Amino acid sequence: MTPRRPPLLIPILLLLLVAAALGSVMLGAVAISPARIWAVLTGGGDDVARAIIIDLRLPRMLLGLLVGAMLGLSGAALQGYLRNPLAEPSVLGASNAAALGAVCALYFGLSALHPLILPLLAITTALIAIAGLFLLAGPSESPLTLILAGIAVATLAGAGISLSLNLSPNPFAAMEIMSWLMGSLENRSYVHVSVALPCIAIGATLLLADGRTLDALTLGEEGAQALGANLNAARLRMMLGVAIGVGGAVAVSGAIGFVGLIVPHIVRPLTDRSPSAVLWPSLLGGAVLLTLADIGVRLIPSVNELKLGVVTAMLGVPVFLIHLMRERRLW
Amino acid sequence: MVSLTVEGLSVRLGRHAAVRDVSVTLAPGQLVGIIGPNGAGKSTLIRAMLGLARPQAGRVLIDGQDVARIDRRSIARAIAYLPQGQTLHWPLSVERLVALGRLPHLGPLSRLSDEDEAAVEAAMARADVLHLKGRIATELSGGERARVLLARALAVGARGLIADEPLAALDPGHQIDVMDLLRDEARGGALVVTVLHDLSMAARWCDRLLLMDGGALVADGAPMDVLTEQALAHVYGITACIDPGNGWPLILPTGRVNTRRI
Repeated sequence: MTPRRPPLLIPILLLLLVAAALGSVMLGAVAISPARIWAVLTGGGDDVARAIIIDLRLPRMLLGLLVGAMLGLSGAALQGYLRNPLAEPSVLGASNAAALGAVCALYFGLSALHPLILPLLAITTALIAIAGLFLLAGPSESPLTLILAGIAVATLAGAGISLSLNLSPNPFAAMEIMSWLMGSLENRSYVHVSVALPCIAIGATLLLADGRTLDALTLGEEGAQALGANLNAARLRMMLGVAIGVGGAVAVSGAIGFVGLIVPHIVRPLTDRSPSAVLWPSLLGGAVLLTLADIGVRLIPSVNELKLGVVTAMLGVPVFLIHLMRERRLW
Repeated sequence: MVSLTVEGLSVRLGRHAAVRDVSVTLAPGQLVGIIGPNGAGKSTLIRAMLGLARPQAGRVLIDGQDVARIDRRSIARAIAYLPQGQTLHWPLSVERLVALGRLPHLGPLSRLSDEDEAAVEAAMARADVLHLKGRIATELSGGERARVLLARALAVGARGLIADEPLAALDPGHQIDVMDLLRDEARGGALVVTVLHDLSMAARWCDRLLLMDGGALVADGAPMDVLTEQALAHVYGITACIDPGNGWPLILPTGRVNTRRI
């Protein structure tokens, strides 16, 4: 349906996206001027700049955009589908479950057998988590049941990650556990991009297709059916879209929390607030937010690079607080 | 024109037989009221008419086609449904909420056409909610919200309208407006069915009343033929002062019949 969003929102987000992408290539341990980037991209430039840009920063930038877009979009879609403003992949446990699948694939040597095993296992565990979540929470529309079920799934999957890393013959287990639970885009290559891109493209397409049904669901399940919505098909698309997209994203980045929570809340007041109108802006906004967060972790001086989830959690907690205060009528 | 035929319909909700062997044919052009005490099966009957409740026996035909075989979008385009006490699950603006009524007409990627916009505007005007256009629907009063939801149902522009207790929460002025509106819809050739609790309103505006009790259809006909002292005593367990009032009947419940359940 016509989203009567202010016509400027999408262009502004696209502009921010370009700026964030450029910043992601320019900024880091060594700053590289736009002139040198241009030289490298047009085939010239010195070898150092070429190595940094082509091999290190471009894949990292691409992953930041892709993963952020997927997380932002799935947050917006889940919030609309479940009619719950606190829904998003990490709060519901889907991200941790996908990370568990990826960890199992990587540390038990399964991913060495075939390159598709890593994303497939992440997608499968994410799907199991979402299906389990919908079962646990049942048809109730109470935000509380759903969040409780999400905490249960996320905690279980998080414990599973720690357990499998400790069981695997891995001297860096503690560090690795951190990476998978907090997320990171450090040292990523085009192999990671080629894993994430197709999954995220499929997941995003499935989620973007359901805008109409999400709008109809504002009238409740029966109201939506009376408007002609096919809820069984929509539920299947929603589960597969989140599992495939988030599974593919988490398989390369680890479980990055809160992006899907923060972004829809920021863009929603700039739209007409209907669930469908938030989808595209959340996709773009998620890409911008995660890329900016990734620039942030590179620029903050620290011995070990900060994990991405640290930054997004700091941004996400205020969203929870605002909700809490609204519930208590303090806002 | 849309016609509705119910043939030997029984619906169970869990173990409870909510509708028992109801057969009735509803034609367009008449305002049909469904009345009966709480739990008589009125809402379940109309949900089954729309294919939202699965029959245990019997079937429902819309224009001669079994509802169970018609896809949801076609049903949605044929008959608009205003559920009872519908709750809103998302803080949408009134205009966007009413525009949801156009969903059954839209393709997967198309936007609202000028025609859709006009239908939305007209529906808001008819339900007297144009002035609420920019408000957030979840922040309205109960009566305002009820009218906005009625506008949403009207915006579908369907040939049929089924409204479950559209008068609940409305002030007397708007109750009269809504009954006038439903009757105008029927006079304009639509199939209009509404569940009502106010017997006087039902008697004054409806052309035909269906009286339900315990899931069964116990009376069907012109309002004053259905609303007899015996029927009210038997079905509702009340005594009532019934005044035919020269075309403007008045039915005032006066007390309980002692032998009846409380």
